[in-house]
Amino acid sequence: MKREPIAPGVLRVHDLNARQLLRGGILEGANQPAELKGADVESAELERYVGERVLTTTLEKTVAWARSNSFFPLAFGLACCAMEQFQAAGPRMDIARFGFEAFRASPRQADLIILAGRVSIKMAPIIRRLYDQMLEPKWAISMGACCSSMGVFNNYALVPSDKFMPIDVHVPGCPPRPEGLMHGILKLRKMVQDDPDMGWRERYGAVGTEEAPSGA
Amino acid sequence: MPDATGLELLAAELGDAALETVYFREQATLVVDPPQIRSVLQALRAKGYSFLASVHGVDYYPEEPRLGVLYELLDMSKLDRLTIKLRVPIDAPRVESVTTDWPTADHQEREVYDMFGVVFEGHRDLRRILMPEDYEGHPQRRDFPVGGEPVLFTRDEAKWLERRE
Repeated sequence: MKREPIAPGVLRVHDLNARQLLRGGILEGANQPAELKGADVESAELERYVGERVLTTTLEKTVAWARSNSFFPLAFGLACCAMEQFQAAGPRMDIARFGFEAFRASPRQADLIILAGRVSIKMAPIIRRLYDQMLEPKWAISMGACCSSMGVFNNYALVPSDKFMPIDVHVPGCPPRPEGLMHGILKLRKMVQDDPDMGWRERYGAVGTEEAPSGA
Repeated sequence: MPDATGLELLAAELGDAALETVYFREQATLVVDPPQIRSVLQALRAKGYSFLASVHGVDYYPEEPRLGVLYELLDMSKLDRLTIKLRVPIDAPRVESVTTDWPTADHQEREVYDMFGVVFEGHRDLRRILMPEDYEGHPQRRDFPVGGEPVLFTRDEAKWLERRE
């Protein structure tokens, strides 16, 4: 079913009207609700009554809200940045406040991979494999200078992470402090809430690689 | 450490296998004849240097012969350290493996092979250990390019655009 988008202002008016009804007040520009008179509810009245009591939203929005508030990061550290990543889950920063604390040991259960450290060309295929094993929807954060621009290790042994997998957020720093990583994760949360798939399939030419194609 | 005199005595005992002795900052180094490395290490092991602490490579570019292999020996009862050094030319970098005497040299010889291209004859499994199997070249040689990726930072974006034009 195709849903027409509802303007945010309309939702706001519905919400306020519903509150007014619950208080037993009188709606502006409308008659007193039927149930307050003790009369039978007419069908048109009923529809209005329900419309003003039920908060409506789009399914995509709800799903994106739920997803973005409970990332399951992969328990995966590459180098020194991993220490800061552990700290982000520790008591001082405590990413559990936002629901990101469930580090998963298996890529099958994770939907966020944080590349914390430098990626050698020998490690790159392994990381790509882990990323491919993760279930969709999935996101990736490149943490630290090394895996974004190879930082101080810009030499024969390393490869930037953008070369072999799509990255959604780059967190700069060498290493980034835990609050830096948290800022990156919150940025990602905002991105997921605004635009769930962020068009990464189109950006990376990955159309047709869906695990459950919409036509099937 | 053997002192300077001790080092000379040691070199005299080894005979023509010892090419040169260097005593610098209380560090005794013995430069040996490459084909005789195994017998030298066996002789030193019999004298008490029973622990091979490290095997590593050096590239002495532009000096000749270019490649060097260093063996760090340790006498654990006397707390005595000795460095054995040999030099091989880059067009025939062949050294006899010491893995039969010191199994610990296995991975370290593989690393020297990987990084410097020194071939250890008699090593049972001489493969690359750090770089991928299909990697070409030996990256720690001085004439190997540093490599890396050009990174576009915003601060030198203008410079890049100029170069493109």
